[in-house]
Amino acid sequence: MAGLSLRNVGKSYGAVSVMKGLTLDIVDGEFLVLVGPSGCGKSTLLRMIAGLEDITDGTITIGDKIVNDLPASKRELAMVFQSYALYPHMSVRKNLAFGLQNMKLPKAEIDARVNEAARVLQIEPLLERKPRQLSGGQKQRVAIGRSIVREPKLFLFDEPLSNLDAELRVQMRVELASLYNKLGTTMIYVTHDQVEAMTTMASRIVVLRKGTIEQVGTPQELYTRPANLFVAGFIGSPKINMFEAKATKGAGGIHISMADFSGFEIKGLERNVDRVTVCIRPEAFVLGAGSVTVEAKIDLVEYLGSEILLHTSLPSGQKVLVQTNGKEKYAMGQSVNFGFEPSDVHIFDHNGDRVPFEHEALEE
Amino acid sequence: MKRFLARNAPGYIFLTPWFLGFFLLALGPILASLYLSFTRYDMVSDPRWVGLKNYDYMFTRDRRFWKALNVTFTYVFLSVPARLAMALGVAMLLDKGLRSIGVYRAIFYLPSLLGASIAIAILWRELFEIDGVINGILGLFGIEGIGWISQPSTSLYTLVILAMWQFGSPMLIFLAGLRGIPRDLYEAAEIDGTSKPRQFFRITLPLLAPVIFFNLVLQTIESFKTFSSAFIISNGTGAPADSLLFYTVYLFNEAFKFFRMGYASALAWVLLIIIAFFTAISFLTSKYWVHYENDRD
Repeated sequence: MAGLSLRNVGKSYGAVSVMKGLTLDIVDGEFLVLVGPSGCGKSTLLRMIAGLEDITDGTITIGDKIVNDLPASKRELAMVFQSYALYPHMSVRKNLAFGLQNMKLPKAEIDARVNEAARVLQIEPLLERKPRQLSGGQKQRVAIGRSIVREPKLFLFDEPLSNLDAELRVQMRVELASLYNKLGTTMIYVTHDQVEAMTTMASRIVVLRKGTIEQVGTPQELYTRPANLFVAGFIGSPKINMFEAKATKGAGGIHISMADFSGFEIKGLERNVDRVTVCIRPEAFVLGAGSVTVEAKIDLVEYLGSEILLHTSLPSGQKVLVQTNGKEKYAMGQSVNFGFEPSDVHIFDHNGDRVPFEHEALEE
Repeated sequence: MKRFLARNAPGYIFLTPWFLGFFLLALGPILASLYLSFTRYDMVSDPRWVGLKNYDYMFTRDRRFWKALNVTFTYVFLSVPARLAMALGVAMLLDKGLRSIGVYRAIFYLPSLLGASIAIAILWRELFEIDGVINGILGLFGIEGIGWISQPSTSLYTLVILAMWQFGSPMLIFLAGLRGIPRDLYEAAEIDGTSKPRQFFRITLPLLAPVIFFNLVLQTIESFKTFSSAFIISNGTGAPADSLLFYTVYLFNEAFKFFRMGYASALAWVLLIIIAFFTAISFLTSKYWVHYENDRD
C-alpha cells in the first residue's frame, strides 16, 4: 500500500498544454474518485500516474519514491481498463496468471494466487473459458482479478463500469466497495458520471475541468458546499437551479433580489458583490411553504416512485426543477406555489466562486 | 420457369459479361488444358490422345522435371518465411507511429510494385553479376566477390533475396493486422511488467495468427508460381546448370520453345495439384495454430 502525491504536474502536447500545475495528495488507503466531463483530463491524469503517459512538468511520488522516470511495470500498481483489456486468446486462468509469470513467481504460488482471486471474485467456474465466452460483468470481474493477483500498492480504475448495463453497474459498484474494504489498498477511480462518483465508496472526489482541479472534497462537501458554479452544476442529480440575482446593502445585511421571487436578506456576505448567481437544489424547495415563495406553472411531471420531479416555469419564463415526495397528484398546466429558506441557497459571485455567508459560518 | 425468368432475367443479363469471361477465358482454357495434358500436341497438327503417357514420362524418366521441382521447393521454403519475416518486421517498425507513415508505406511498397517487372530482374542481374554493384562494395572491404548469379551454388539465393525485398503486399496486410490489435492489451501488459519479446510472442503473434495464415497461404501460392525474375535472370534457360530451373520456367520452355503443349499442360496440372496440396495442408493445420485452441504452457 502506498500514498501518492502530485506536485505541479503538467502535461502538454507540443505547444498545447492540457494540464497545468496539478497538485494533489492521496493518503495511503484512500479511495479517490476523479470525475469531470469528457475531455477534462481525468483519464490522462490516471495514465500519467500509471506511467502510460509521461508528464512534462512536476513530480509524481508513489510511497516515498519519485516515479517520473520509472516505467509502468516498476510502479507496483495495477490498472483496470474500460475495455477490460483481456487477452482474447488466453483462458481466464492464463489471463490471471500472465502478470504473475512476468514476476517469475514459482508455479505453486501463481496457482494459489489465481485460485484465491477466483474465489474472492466468484469466477472459479469460468477459469477455463476464453474471454469471448464471458458476459460483460464476468469480463469485468476477470479484469479486476488480474489486477488483484499482483497484490499492487495502488489500484487504478479507468471508467471500469461504463460498458455495463445499469443494473450490473449498481451490482459491481457494491462489489468494488466490498473489495476495497477487504483489501484496504489505495484506489484511484476515474468516471465521467457524477452519480457514480457520489455513490461509489469515495473517501474524496476530485472534480476536474479542462485539466485543472475545480474542487477536492468528500461527497458531502461537494454537494453541500460546492466551491464554484461549475461544481454546483456538475454534482447533484437532478440538476441544481441557477438564478441571476442582484445583491445590495440592506438594513441588516445584504439584500438579494431575484426576478419572480420575493427578495431576502442574508448576513455576513464577506465580499463586496453586486451581481451574483443564486443556486437552489430541487429538493430545497418546499411546496406551499418556505420564507421566500413564488407561483409557477407546471410544464411536465416526472413520476419517479418515491419522489416526483416537477418541471415548472416562473412568470419571467425561467425554468425551475422542483423535487417533492410522491404522495400528491399534480397535473400539467396546474399552478403551484413553492418556496425555500435562505439558509438553503448557494451564492456565487460573478467569477463563479462561492460566496460564504453567516449561515455557513455557523454550521462549521 | 416463366416466372423464374421474369423475376431473375435482369440479374442474369447483368451477369452475362462475367459469365462470358469466365466460360470463354477461364473455364474453357482450364478444361482444354486438362484434355491436352493427355495428348501429344505441337500446335501444328491436331492433338493426339496418348493417355497417361505424359504423366508417366514426367514421373519416371524426366530428370529435369525433378530438378525443377527441387529448385522450386527450395525457393518456396526459403523465400516464403524470409519474405513474411521481413514483411512483419517492417510492418512492426511502421506501426510504431512514425510521422509521415504514408510516405514510408509507399516507399516500402514500391519494390513489390516493380518486383514482378522485367526492369527489376535486370537490375538484380546488374547487382549480383561478377562485375556488379555487390562485388564492387565487397571490393571496398578487400573481399573478392564471386559471380553470384553465374555460380549454381549461389544463384538461387540471390532470387530468395529478391523475393525477400518484395515484402510490400504482405507488409501492408500485416500493418492492418497490427493496427487491429487493441493498444489496451499492450498497455495492460506493460503495467504487468511484460518484456517486449514476451509481448511479441504472447500477444502480437497469437493475435496476428489469422493474418499470418492469410499471408502464408497467399505467399506460398505466389512463390510456387514465380516466373519472370527467374526467367530474366537465367536468360530463359534455367541456367547456370539448371540451378534457376524454376518449375514455371521449365513449363514455359516445354510449351513455347519446344512446342510440347500436351506435356506442358500436364506439368501445369501437376503444379496445380502441388499448390492445392500445400494450401490444403495450411488450412488443415490452421486450426491448431490460428485460434490457439491447443495453447499450452
